[in-house]
Amino acid sequence: MTALATSLSGGFKRPSVLPGFGLTLGFAVAYLSIIVLLPLSALVLRPATLGISGFLGVLMDSRVLAALRLSFGAAFIAAVVNAFFGLIVAWVLVRYDFPFKRIVDALVDLPFALPTAVAGISLATIYAPNGWVGSLFKPLGIEIAFTPLGVLVALIFIGLPFVVRSLQPVLQDLDKEVEEAAVSLGASRWQTFRLVILPAILPALLTGFALAFARAVGEYGSVIFIAGNMPLVSEIAPLLIVIKLEQFDYAGAAAIGVIMLAASFLILLLINLVQRWSRRHEEH
Amino acid sequence: MANRLNRLVCGGAFAIGLFAGVSAARADTTLLNVSYDPTREFYKAINEGFAAKWKAETGEDVTIEQSHGGSGKQARAVIDGLEADVVTLALAYDIDAIAQNSDLIDKDWQKRLPHNSSPYTSTIVFLVRKGNPKNIKDWPDLLKEDIQVITPNPKTSGGARWNYLAAWAYALQQSGGDEAKAKQFVGNLYSRVPVLDTGARGSTTTFAQRGLGDVLLTWENEAHLAVKQLGADKIEIVVPSASILAEPPVALVDSNVDDHETRKVAEAYLEYLYSPEAQEIAAKNFYRPTDQAVATKYKSQFPEIPLVTIADTFGGWQEAQKKHFADGGIFDQIYRPGQ
Amino acid sequence: METQTAGPATAAKVRRATTESPLVRWALIATGMLFIALVLVLPLISVFMEALSGGFATFFQAVGNADTWQAVRLTLLVAAIAVPLNVVFGLAAAWAVAKFDFRGKSLLVTLIDLPFSVSPVISGLIYVLLYGANGWFGPALKELDIKIIFNVTGLVLATVFVTFPFVARELIPLMQEQGRDEEEAAISLGASGWRTFWYVTLPNVAWGLLYGVLLCNARAMGEFGAVSVVSGHIRGLTNTMPLHVEILYNEYDFVGAFAVASLLAGLAIVTLVAKSLLEWRYGDRLAGGRKH
Repeated sequence: MTALATSLSGGFKRPSVLPGFGLTLGFAVAYLSIIVLLPLSALVLRPATLGISGFLGVLMDSRVLAALRLSFGAAFIAAVVNAFFGLIVAWVLVRYDFPFKRIVDALVDLPFALPTAVAGISLATIYAPNGWVGSLFKPLGIEIAFTPLGVLVALIFIGLPFVVRSLQPVLQDLDKEVEEAAVSLGASRWQTFRLVILPAILPALLTGFALAFARAVGEYGSVIFIAGNMPLVSEIAPLLIVIKLEQFDYAGAAAIGVIMLAASFLILLLINLVQRWSRRHEEH
Repeated sequence: MANRLNRLVCGGAFAIGLFAGVSAARADTTLLNVSYDPTREFYKAINEGFAAKWKAETGEDVTIEQSHGGSGKQARAVIDGLEADVVTLALAYDIDAIAQNSDLIDKDWQKRLPHNSSPYTSTIVFLVRKGNPKNIKDWPDLLKEDIQVITPNPKTSGGARWNYLAAWAYALQQSGGDEAKAKQFVGNLYSRVPVLDTGARGSTTTFAQRGLGDVLLTWENEAHLAVKQLGADKIEIVVPSASILAEPPVALVDSNVDDHETRKVAEAYLEYLYSPEAQEIAAKNFYRPTDQAVATKYKSQFPEIPLVTIADTFGGWQEAQKKHFADGGIFDQIYRPGQ
Repeated sequence: METQTAGPATAAKVRRATTESPLVRWALIATGMLFIALVLVLPLISVFMEALSGGFATFFQAVGNADTWQAVRLTLLVAAIAVPLNVVFGLAAAWAVAKFDFRGKSLLVTLIDLPFSVSPVISGLIYVLLYGANGWFGPALKELDIKIIFNVTGLVLATVFVTFPFVARELIPLMQEQGRDEEEAAISLGASGWRTFWYVTLPNVAWGLLYGVLLCNARAMGEFGAVSVVSGHIRGLTNTMPLHVEILYNEYDFVGAFAVASLLAGLAIVTLVAKSLLEWRYGDRLAGGRKH
């Protein structure tokens, strides 16, 4: 076993007495390749038939641009909204005591567990002009469902747990002594929050924000029911992929897919960098 | 170590075996009919009728499995390997697409059965709120002030393409063949669409359940079904002065029936659709029968209005698709809500 | 928590100053709860309200339908294959990542996360591009008469892809936190690698593992976008529960659609309850793994 591990790892692994490196890493990489990398490479290579100019041609189409702008824009705004309210929810759940706290805490994970199609149908029911919430906004001249606002509502729904769950453990571990020190030095509560607490939780907030953003960019099931799906207005990029497929334009669909894939990969890489940076920050 | 690897391999083999075992389960005489959205209720009745008839004639049991979805999506699934024995889709273009993008269906499929391979037809009508509060009677009424029109996206929905072409044909006729006028009319119409669903069913839900829009453009059969399912106290049908002859075609998927050795029963299934018995089922599901005797019997159910055909007015589906619905086509030019 | 050197008066002042005034506190709680109510609670309630809008008889009729049961069975089968596969992967990946240092670790972790942020539509599309009749392996599979997409196999593959990171993501930080001292001690005492894993590592991460399995399972049963692309929608054969919800919805059977949806929502609630119980009892052990 150890022999195998050493022969497999060559010089790129720091020595360890623990066994199983070759087996587990080998299996993990093989499985990752079969399930994730091989299929994704099929996606990445498909638009190659278009050539560079054809690829750019697909992306420069005004409808594709509008859809990408909506998907990324709405996902960004939803992530901002979630970062703000998610911080309040996480803060309240960690710091205060109030009735039904445990139930609320459990509920935060609902968007993970609730199927996206179910979420989409019920959100559309509630936020439609004749729905519970939609009818409240209708007299104000605000329509939520079937407009870009509807897209936003769905994306807020699916993104919330990422922010809250990223923040909770960090808020829990936050050293109160630092806050006390700040107070005894004469800082107001707001100053303490701004200058002491916020910097400490910023990496977690950024991670949550980025995760919510990455998940929202690609979301499909919950959005299509509530979006209205108007080209150039409320048509999201994943829907455009589906539309291209239905026109038998596989390469075009894959081209949009590649752009979105590249974006999610960059976001995840960024998250890992932020986390590594904050870990190093903590150590020093 | 070797032992552990063995176990892993065993686990993998077990998993693969599970997959294979599941995929091998297919009964002897089973047909798969890949169809579009609004035909669920109709084919349920047809399948029962055909199974009984086939049993009586040959003594064999036949099970017909159904798959429904948007017409274009279903065509793509068949191209990608969904092993349909027969396809019954919303428009000829989608079956053409299968013939062109694969070698599954003979290129001359549409000539193989009577009436352009369309055993039943339909047309496009309006669905309005009960009592017709906005007094919508005909196509020009759709362009009146404060009217909102609900119709699905012609890029994704077969029914929506019929809607679009019906409006175009009407405008073309009114203007004496002036395409610029027709373009303006249809463009104006689509500027009144607040929600563009991906399929015909989605549009009906938007109109009837969500209460959006004043008028829904839809298949005649779909309109009748919606009134039946959602309540005659909420919505009613308006038949315009002219419309289009919608021909949903059917075809045998040659390669698949040869692989499954089901050609005989699949052919019988499609021919059954033309029989008086099946034509009655079609009429009861609000499809216009092509059989003259049955059509006469259900005459009162289907108002007689002038119907243009896709072949005469648009030169067939290939032409219509290229000119109107392809990327950069007329629909893309007129539909610019963001600008 | 109080600073030892400070006098009682200062301590009280500090305590007061490290929390908010009651007004701010309740305003924050109210804001947070209103947000939760609007975004999370209302949709959940509406699912059950709509499901029961026709009375219990209609509800049970919709749930007892043969096609519905077929969808339930298929959903359970798919989850029963996909989840264990991802558990094995999660354990292997976590062991390799947490117990060893090697080059390219960051990249590996990022790649494991990737399916998380890939659009569900793309997750389905990639398998069509690979195994579809016109895909890379399409012709070869046709020769061998193996069906992958529009079949249970395709549903399983798409589900495995979508739920890929859940177990691994739960285990990696947890095992990293615990370090490798215990394992190294066990090994130096002469235990075999397998025994060490079984008796030392596994008990340490058992609850985190269960937690990951719960989330993985919930997502596996609820996935819509990806399976929709590879399903073929053959009624009674390749319809999972979320797809069945869509079909019923499209048949104007709204009560039926919401009835099946409420089963899925019920599953979500059971998952959340189980998860909360785990957290409540084993909170400390899970703390390291509470990052999604």
